Amino acid sequence: MTTRPATTLVPATARPAFRLPAPVLSAGYFLASLVILVLIWELLAVLRTDLPRPAVIGAALVELFSRPWYNDGPGNVGILNLLLSSLVRVFSGFAIGAIIAVPVGILTGSVPFFKRILDPIVQLMRPVSPLAWFPIGLTLMSKAEPATVFIIAITALWPTIINTSFGVSGLPADYKNVARVFNFTPAQYVMKVLLPYALPHIITGMRISFGIAWMVIVAAEMLSGKSGIGFYAWDAWNAGNLAHVVCAILIIGVTGFLFDQVFNVLQKKVTHV
Amino acid sequence: MTQTTLAQSVQPGQPAPVLTPALSVSGVHKSFGSFVALEGVDLDIWPGEFISIIGHSGCGKSTLLNLVAGLSLPTEGSVSLFGRPIEGPGPERAMVFQNYSLLPWLSVKANVLEAMKASVPQMKKAEREGVCEQVLRMVGLWAHKDKKPSLLSGGQRQRVAIARAFAVQPRVLLLDEPFGALDAITKGNLQDELLGMWSGAESGISNVLMVTHDIDEAIYLSDRIVVMSNGPHAHIHEVLKVDLERPRERARLVNDPVYLGLKAHMLDLLGRVLAH
Repeated sequence: MTTRPATTLVPATARPAFRLPAPVLSAGYFLASLVILVLIWELLAVLRTDLPRPAVIGAALVELFSRPWYNDGPGNVGILNLLLSSLVRVFSGFAIGAIIAVPVGILTGSVPFFKRILDPIVQLMRPVSPLAWFPIGLTLMSKAEPATVFIIAITALWPTIINTSFGVSGLPADYKNVARVFNFTPAQYVMKVLLPYALPHIITGMRISFGIAWMVIVAAEMLSGKSGIGFYAWDAWNAGNLAHVVCAILIIGVTGFLFDQVFNVLQKKVTHV
Repeated sequence: MTQTTLAQSVQPGQPAPVLTPALSVSGVHKSFGSFVALEGVDLDIWPGEFISIIGHSGCGKSTLLNLVAGLSLPTEGSVSLFGRPIEGPGPERAMVFQNYSLLPWLSVKANVLEAMKASVPQMKKAEREGVCEQVLRMVGLWAHKDKKPSLLSGGQRQRVAIARAFAVQPRVLLLDEPFGALDAITKGNLQDELLGMWSGAESGISNVLMVTHDIDEAIYLSDRIVVMSNGPHAHIHEVLKVDLERPRERARLVNDPVYLGLKAHMLDLLGRVLAH
C-alpha cells in the first residue's frame, strides 16, 4: 500500500457539531409532548364548555396533592392512599397469578404433552375480558375486595403462561446437553439453566400482565366501589366533579408508565447475551 | 504409541490381563427416522490413545461422538466404556462443545462449580473450590473468574469449557470441533494447553476423542485418526496411525516425512477419494 498524501488525512482536531446531550433532548421531547396534550385539552374545553379547562384541572391536582395521605374514614381518603390500595390489590393478584403461571409455563414449555393438553385452555381464556370473571370472583370470594384480587390473578395468568412457555421452549439444545453431560439434578436444571434462560421472557409476560391488570383494576374498582383509584374516578363523576376524574386519569397514566419503566429496567438487567 | 501404552499397562510379575478397550463401538447403526446416518461402525480405542474423527460435514462424525457421549443411543449395536455399555450421558465422559456452551448467566467460576456440584456431588465444598481454582489457573483464567462469559474472547470461553470438563475428572474427554471457531494462533496455543493438561500427572483422563475437520490438528494431536466416509450410510473409511513421537514440535513437524506423508494421504482421501 502506498502512503497517502498528508492532505487527505482527517485533521486530528476536527470540531464536532454541537449536540444536546441525549437526556436533555429526551426531556425536551417529553415536555413538548405534554404541552401538546394540554393544548389539545384546552381546545376541547373551549369547544365543549362542560369539560374542565386545564387550569381548573391543575388547581384540582395541586389541591389533591396538598393532602395526599389524609384518612377521614371509609370512602374519604387522600389520593395517594387510594392509589396505594389499587397498587396493593394489583400486586397481590399479580403475585398469585405469577406463582401459578410460571410453573405452568415451565411445564408447557418443556413437556410437549402438557403444551398440547393445556394450550387450548389458555387460548380459549386469553381473549376473555377479565371483568367477565367478576361474578365468578364474587361468588367464590363472597366479598368485592378479594374478588378484584381474583380477577387480577386471572388477568396475569395468561400472558405469563404464554411467555414463560415460549421462553422455556426456546432453550438451546447446547444448554440441555451441558446439563445432561454434567449430570445436573432436576433442581439444578430448573434453577441454573431453565429459569435464567427464560427469565427475560417471564419478565415480558409479567410486564404485559401488569399493563392489562392496571387497566382492569380501574374498571373493577368502579364495579366493586369501595376504595382505589378506579372507585375515586367513579365517585368524582357521581359528585359531578369532572376535574377530579381527569386528575384520576392522569394519575393512573403516570403510575402505569412508571411501573412499565420498572419492568423495562428489570428486563434489561436479566437479559443475557 | 498403542503398543507402548499396552505394554505399560501390564504390571511386571502378574499374568497379562485380558485387555479391555477404553471405548468400544461395535456394529453401530444410527438412523434418524428413515435417514441412516451411520451404518456399521466398529472402533476400539485403547487406554492412553488420543483419537481424532475426521470427515466432510454430514459424515456423521458428530453423531458418532454423541453416541459415545450418550446424548443419543445407537439404533443397532453398542457403545461401551471400559466394558460397560453406555446408556446415557455422564461426567465420566465430559464433553467440550463446539459453541463453548457456557451458561451465560453464570460467572466463569460458577460455570465450573455448578458442573462440579452436579458431577462430583460427594466432593466437599472446600475441595471443590480448590479444584476449581486449579483448573482455572491451568487455563490461565483465574484472574477472570468473576466475569460473565460474554466478556471473554472465543479462545477464553473455550478455555473455560475445557477447564470445566477437566474439573469433573472424567475418564474420557470428548471434544466436538473444539477449536473450529478460533484463529490459528489461539488454536495452536489451546491445542498445546490441552495436550499439557491431558498428559499432566493429575489429569486421570485415559483418552481423548475429538471430532475435527482440520487435518493438521488431527495429525498434531492424535495417536490414530479415524477417517469417516461421506454420509448418509457413513462408516469408517480408514483408520490412520500417527507414528510421531511425543512431545511433538510443530516447527519440526512441517518437515517430517511421516507428517508430510500422512498429510498428503489425508488430503488425497478427503479431497479426491471422498470428495463430494
